[in-house]
Amino acid sequence: MNLEAVKSIYFFEMARTRRTLLQSVVSPVISTSLYFIVFGAAIGERIDQIDGVSYGAFITPGLMMLTLLTQCIGNGSFGIYFPKFTGTIYEVLSSPISMIEIVLGYVGAAATKGLMIGTIILATASLFVDLSIAHPLAMLFFFVLTAITFSLFGFIIGIWAKDFEQLNLIPMLVVPPLVFLGGSFYSIDMLPPFWQAVSHFNPVLYLISGFRWSFFEVSDVNPLASAAIILVFLALCMSVLTWIFRTGYKLRN
Amino acid sequence: MAPIVSVSNLSKTYASGFEALKGVSLDIEEGEILALLGPNGAGKTTLISIICGIVNPSGGEVTVNGYDVVREFRETRAMIGLVPQELTTDAFETVWNTVSFSRGLHGRKPDPTHIEKVLKDLSLWDKKDNVLRELSGGMKRRVLIAKALSHEPRVLFLDEPTAGVDVSLRKSMWEVVERLRASGVTIILTTHYIEEAEEIADRIAVINGGEILLVEEKAALMTKLGRKQLRVDLAQPIEEVPQTLLSYKLSLEENGQCLIYDYDTSAERTGITALLAALAEAGIRLRDISTRQSSLEDIFVEIVEAGQ
Repeated sequence: MNLEAVKSIYFFEMARTRRTLLQSVVSPVISTSLYFIVFGAAIGERIDQIDGVSYGAFITPGLMMLTLLTQCIGNGSFGIYFPKFTGTIYEVLSSPISMIEIVLGYVGAAATKGLMIGTIILATASLFVDLSIAHPLAMLFFFVLTAITFSLFGFIIGIWAKDFEQLNLIPMLVVPPLVFLGGSFYSIDMLPPFWQAVSHFNPVLYLISGFRWSFFEVSDVNPLASAAIILVFLALCMSVLTWIFRTGYKLRN
Repeated sequence: MAPIVSVSNLSKTYASGFEALKGVSLDIEEGEILALLGPNGAGKTTLISIICGIVNPSGGEVTVNGYDVVREFRETRAMIGLVPQELTTDAFETVWNTVSFSRGLHGRKPDPTHIEKVLKDLSLWDKKDNVLRELSGGMKRRVLIAKALSHEPRVLFLDEPTAGVDVSLRKSMWEVVERLRASGVTIILTTHYIEEAEEIADRIAVINGGEILLVEEKAALMTKLGRKQLRVDLAQPIEEVPQTLLSYKLSLEENGQCLIYDYDTSAERTGITALLAALAEAGIRLRDISTRQSSLEDIFVEIVEAGQ
């Protein structure tokens, strides 16, 4: 194991976060505050509690997931795409490191950054609403595994993407609908039966529901199903990456 | 002594179907400077990229110090430093950080003294805190060399290191190369500037169309293929070469104003004395005499054209 290399990549990526502190940290805080002002204060006032949870508190796990997913995919994909774009990837490829170590460095940094921002959002949210976490271990399980899984997913997108358009395609076009329709801002009980059924095909619903359950013990789906879904998605990403490394897909061809 | 880098029957076909290397074999001795010459698209960069691990080979095998570059990549890549052709740098990093990053990537513990030495050797010390995008092209080239030297490699690849570099920087870069060679580092360089290869390389390999056309000691190559030409400018133009001089296979050029004589410097007799005597005997008056030796460039063009 080339630990020095993993550390180098990890801290190199984290340094990029430091350089873009304003964009990386301050902007999610501002957008979260906006959500709370609009949904929590303005609209939330007119919405009753959902499953015994105040609306402002109810949307907090969803908001955290929304940001976590977007951030992790963004960081995971950009971290590996940028060296591909500038050409500095040659150095990583010609270094004595295995692909697993490359992933540990890049994905580790992307997940760390996602978790940092998720935590900041949680802290920001607690300024607006009363929050309690019923199952802290379960909360950490969903929080950390989602961060890792979606950073891996981002990493795959970064390897696959030929240009900036492809790089942004999934984060911009696919993730927001999945998150918004995954019950970030509502319980799917509030949907007509048809859309309730459709929602069950949305993997993000399971993530948000499981995550919310760890806070308030209320959920749209069985928390175990949520845990299973995240593990399946993690396994899927790891299989795709294994295939990429075995074939050298788009990296060493 | 076993070669430090051994390439055998290496082939590479890209996904597009382009066959960049067609069974290349090449041994590189420890401590030598090998110049890899070839026109654009000859396969130079592909060959280097496979040895360094950037591109997967389609067939054949490469070993570095006895280790296979695919199976035992940790051993081989730790020994290799690479300076790529393109000026690829992280725009927003400082010189110090990017060079230290390279050392870490190669699994070496931080060593500020070594990094300082490398930066000073390359006259980059006063730029260590500068962000890379602020540097000129020549400075970026030096940074790439510093990155390649950050982990103290035994084998250094320089892919077109002097492309777009001004004369004084080129000179100071060759001084660095000389120092590295003196410390025992094996250096493989590709270049378009044939006079450079002529000046610093121990051996020359010519590659074209994915095949190695020739590998030879530079000196041997120059004598073997290096012909000399004697040029005789005449005081009065002549219509044809006199009968008495036919055995010298002279060619008459520039409207009969000049005679060209090709001779072999390694032959026992060059025939110059006899030719000059014969010219005097034929009553031909001379205005000037000059000789010219074929350069590596002439040789290179000849080899590549013969291969086509």
